Amino acid sequence: MTNSLEDYRKVTPPGSVDLLYHMSEKVKGKSLLNINSTRSGGGVAEILNRLVPMLNELEIKVGWEIIQGSEGFFKVTKAFHNALQGRDPGISDRMYQLYIEENRENAKRLTFDADMILVHDPQPAALIDYGDRAGKWVWRCHIDISQPARRVWRFLKNYVLKYDAAIFSLPAFAQKLPIPKFLIYPSIDPLSDKNRELSRREVNKILDRLGIPRDKPILLQVSRFDRFKDPVGVIQAYRIVKKHNDCRLILVGGGAADDPEGDVVLQEVREAAGKDPDIHVLLLPPDSNIEVNALQRAATIVLQKSLREGFGLTVAEAMWKGKPVVGGFAGGITVQIMYYHTGYTVSSVEGAAFRVRHLLNNPEIGRKMGSDAKEYIRRNFLITRQLADYLTLMAALTNGR
Amino acid sequence: MHAAVSPPFEFVGCTELREILGVKAEDEVQLLDLLEEVPIESIYYHTHEYFLRHQFLLGPYPNDFATWVATQVRDRVLGERLGVIDPYEFETLEDLREALISVMEDHLSKMLAVPRVDDGEPFYFMLSRMVEVPTETVARTLQELRDGIARLDTSAIYFHFYAARIRRNRRDSDFTIWAEEGLHMPELAQHLRAINPYIFSLEQLRKRLVEICDTFLNGGSRER
Repeated sequence: MTNSLEDYRKVTPPGSVDLLYHMSEKVKGKSLLNINSTRSGGGVAEILNRLVPMLNELEIKVGWEIIQGSEGFFKVTKAFHNALQGRDPGISDRMYQLYIEENRENAKRLTFDADMILVHDPQPAALIDYGDRAGKWVWRCHIDISQPARRVWRFLKNYVLKYDAAIFSLPAFAQKLPIPKFLIYPSIDPLSDKNRELSRREVNKILDRLGIPRDKPILLQVSRFDRFKDPVGVIQAYRIVKKHNDCRLILVGGGAADDPEGDVVLQEVREAAGKDPDIHVLLLPPDSNIEVNALQRAATIVLQKSLREGFGLTVAEAMWKGKPVVGGFAGGITVQIMYYHTGYTVSSVEGAAFRVRHLLNNPEIGRKMGSDAKEYIRRNFLITRQLADYLTLMAALTNGR
Repeated sequence: MHAAVSPPFEFVGCTELREILGVKAEDEVQLLDLLEEVPIESIYYHTHEYFLRHQFLLGPYPNDFATWVATQVRDRVLGERLGVIDPYEFETLEDLREALISVMEDHLSKMLAVPRVDDGEPFYFMLSRMVEVPTETVARTLQELRDGIARLDTSAIYFHFYAARIRRNRRDSDFTIWAEEGLHMPELAQHLRAINPYIFSLEQLRKRLVEICDTFLNGGSRER
């Protein structure tokens, strides 16, 4: 069921939904065209599936087009994606050519008659060469391109330079560019299955189904099995804590078809867990939103002990559920956790253990931190804030058009 | 009931579009150099607009420069010295920039080595483009002023209490001026003027403003 903007009044700060209506007056009648590579699966599609109906409700003429391509094209863009995040798989001249050709073919099919054209990520970036330039073109980069494979970035940069502006999720993710670069944090949807309220009964039922007893405090990390998420480090921290505090550790991840390393890391995690009955390693399907929601609500403390991180929205998800989070000092975790107030950022296994132990032995501190964390997310990382950011972007860029 | 007054107070909220300047500091000398060079709007962003981004919790230091040197560089002395600079005490933003530079120069002149980020984040200079958003809410009485403050988005509190001082180039907030000139309540204006905005998050300030209005509405003062 799709929620209406009015449904968000009960979970957002006072006056913020009204501000969205007033804000929309500034851009009423203007049009916005989103272009990305898929309608389902992945964070970009997830957020657009919510933002597009909300923008429509605000009487913005919003369109959403999908770039189409051959299997070969998406292999190329996947390689681009990895290369822009520093893992250069080797891209041939033929692959670059395929990228250009299929963007050109898409341009013939699409129309770009909008006041603002928001192009998401690298896949459709080359459309700028073929589109009508009457509107403002903005490249929305959802990934960390701070340390890209240089050749791939040089290629992509030739297109990005032609945009009127670019948007990044963190200042650290941006590259030097002679066009305006804006900062818009990603967000979570508080009414989605992953984040909506669940009753204690629903939570218990799901934990029973997953075979998780609720007899002792639960430490939880939700993330794919990737060395940058340091799941083995989490187990080491748990063992330090366990010397004095009885608790369970749940590591939840999903298998990613395009991540061959995932199986290797999962094996390492299982070996590190050994036969400890209080460590639960769960491999859940990608659509296990309610299960993740229930596990986060059942947790006493949530960890996200990443060594390197994109934005790390699982932190906001846990904070939204009123949980204190112990997170690695990496990427977007540092802007979500206000140190000592809404959680702790740590730089070592020992640091994680120390903070977890502190919270387990001072539950009143954990409760206060969790309560402040929830309020902090309400103010800064809900989808309504991101909607306000896009309206502001439209007002700032299309004014006078 | 309070007598209607004219002209009414028109509440305006605001949103900001944050812009990444593309320059960053990794040590305190770089921070100092860039403090001298960046557009004045960036100084405004990291000091005054800090409050717009802290609706609920203020954080350990009330501006981005102090927060960065204290938490990322781990130079608590400089953090404390920059943290105590009240941006609302300066006539102009250039005066504020000079004060920040002066504190940093003095501090660095006493250091044997330049403190830098080792295991932390660089300082990224930013600025923002603010968009004013009329809320269609007006107040003609103290009760209506109080109700608007209590229920509107906190950006309206920022706009009228913090941003107004720069916009009007006056030390008083919009609320203070309207209490004096619109409501003709100089004692209320005096109470509003006495609030130190530097120590509150926007929600804390909202609470304080509502408390003051309630005091006057409930007969805490002979004024109406």
